[in-house]
Amino acid sequence: MSIWEYANPKRFMQTSGWALPYLTVASAVCLVVGLVWGFFFTPDDFRQGSTVKIIYLHVPSALMAINAWLMMLVASLIWLVRRHHVSALAAKAAAPVGVTMTLIALATGAIWGQPMWGTYWAWDPRLTSFLILFLFYLGYMALWAAIEDPDTAADLTSVLCLVGSVFALLSRYAVNFWNQGLHQGASLSLDKEENVADVFYFPLLVSIAGFVLLFVALVLLRTRTEIRARRLSALRARERAS
Amino acid sequence: MEFSVEGLACRRGELRVLEGVGFTLTPGEAVILRGPNGAGKTTLLRCLAGLTPPLEGKMSFSPDDVAYAGHLDGLKAQLTGAENLRFWAAIYGSDQIDTAVAQFDLEGLLDRQAQHMSAGQKRRLALARLMLTGRKIWALDEPTVSLDTQNVARFARCVESHLATGGSAIIATHIDLGLPNARVLDVGPFKASAASDQLDPFLEDMI
Amino acid sequence: MIALLRRDLILAIRAGGGFGLGLAFFLILVVLVPFGVGPSQAMLAAIAPGILWIGALLSCLLSLDRIFQLDYEDGTLDILATSPMPLEALATIKALAHWITTGLPLTLTAPFLGILLNLPWEANIWLIASLALGTPALSALGTFGAALTVGLKRGGLLISLLVLPLYVPTLIFGAETVRRGAEGLPATTPLMLLAGITAGTLAILPFATAAALRANLR
Repeated sequence: MSIWEYANPKRFMQTSGWALPYLTVASAVCLVVGLVWGFFFTPDDFRQGSTVKIIYLHVPSALMAINAWLMMLVASLIWLVRRHHVSALAAKAAAPVGVTMTLIALATGAIWGQPMWGTYWAWDPRLTSFLILFLFYLGYMALWAAIEDPDTAADLTSVLCLVGSVFALLSRYAVNFWNQGLHQGASLSLDKEENVADVFYFPLLVSIAGFVLLFVALVLLRTRTEIRARRLSALRARERAS
Repeated sequence: MEFSVEGLACRRGELRVLEGVGFTLTPGEAVILRGPNGAGKTTLLRCLAGLTPPLEGKMSFSPDDVAYAGHLDGLKAQLTGAENLRFWAAIYGSDQIDTAVAQFDLEGLLDRQAQHMSAGQKRRLALARLMLTGRKIWALDEPTVSLDTQNVARFARCVESHLATGGSAIIATHIDLGLPNARVLDVGPFKASAASDQLDPFLEDMI
Repeated sequence: MIALLRRDLILAIRAGGGFGLGLAFFLILVVLVPFGVGPSQAMLAAIAPGILWIGALLSCLLSLDRIFQLDYEDGTLDILATSPMPLEALATIKALAHWITTGLPLTLTAPFLGILLNLPWEANIWLIASLALGTPALSALGTFGAALTVGLKRGGLLISLLVLPLYVPTLIFGAETVRRGAEGLPATTPLMLLAGITAGTLAILPFATAAALRANLR
């Protein structure tokens, strides 16, 4: 069978309804294990002290913030090319989750930044591009909210998502250029996980898995809600017509 | 050349309004669309003009053969009559402005800005645009709104001469234009049935 | 197509506010900045490139919602969509008309406003070059935003939300060019990047604009 069968809403509702409880439980388990392990059973970093432990929230949420946008991009393309409604609704459903992840990443970053760099916010390229990503999410969601006809809204938001992706990427590089231009050799770079020792690495992997599962579960749940909302409005329209 | 439409289904917003629309249009013939308000006359005309893609069905002509005139006049209030006509003539690559002006007696309106014209005068200017399109099929939505009897007759003569040169017209109107070669098409029978008023299989599958 | 451009320009002049409004807004913005940040010449010189570019950006925003809205309301857009002219061409012409009525006058007046902000004289060449190369992208992106919101009653605020994030790369490279020019550093690199973004935008955005118009006219 082909993957496109899941584009049939009935089929999607069946499968997602079946998968949702498992996903929810799995994500809860991963999150609890990853976070508890990370927070309580790893040693403090010799330089950063216990503040390093925010990494278990910060890195996974930042990862999902970007991946949520990528997922919206793919879903938008599927809608534009194959016109599967579930795909458009999934993109719509992912946006609020993505924006929440972006906010978590920004907030945890600020909390981490205060003890580490002595400031909540610095116009570091990485931080700045997340802020810009946040703005893109806002625009995308506002456009969905503003347009009444669901198909038109799906078309327009998909085009916006494509154009937005290109410009989000451009902004990323522009910001890099801009900040180097300001102060040569900026020192505010985060330790990448490649540099993190194994003790920190494994709980981090578990909590990343937890965030991925959480994202999938939330998006499925929200897509189901959107499909039900569509069904309601279709039934109402039918009632008005008869 | 004969134009035909087969099994056309059109939507308006989220609703499937028409289905199974089929008719043929021979050159020199006009089809008068009839039907109660909300039956889908405007929807059908917009569909024929290529503004709303049809849900199903075939049209033997391209939307590029259709000149569409809707409820709105499409005139710029700050431009004079002549400027409005010249603009459309340039868009359609036409040199028929003088004919159009003579046909609709627009001589006195050429130097006046559209914002200082009456509704009927603007309508005449809007209809004169049709003669500039050089297209075979005219799809007109209530073209005689705000025209007086004299100008309705003028408009009818204009449609007649369009038909005489091998053109066709689809006109949604409730008044009798007195066209010699006109056929009435009631859109009532094409109303989408309640059982299948979904837009597409997506909604079908959901309900 | 030239007829459409000429019509849009005539309308901009006759309807009032087409040319002047954005320019006046730009002027007011630049005049207000010293009241906000204090009259120190050194401070003003330091922030002048950014203020001039942000002023240009906001002035561009001002007239975006009129690009398609008026044609949509009086039925012209329906007729243009069914005319022989492709919607992509319509999008390009509309962006060009918007640039001529806002971007071009902004580019030409910016050096005079630079005087008010104590912008170093040598930076003017970079200011003009960056605005001349950057504002066409602002117009093209703005036209896209206008096409997205053409069916909405009050789309003005939404356009700003949609378009401003898209302006980020242009703003960064544009202001960077002027800043480097003002400091006497080589400014060709950001200027080239700015030109590249504009070229790419002009090549791609008309298609996105046309797609958005098509969806909205359905």
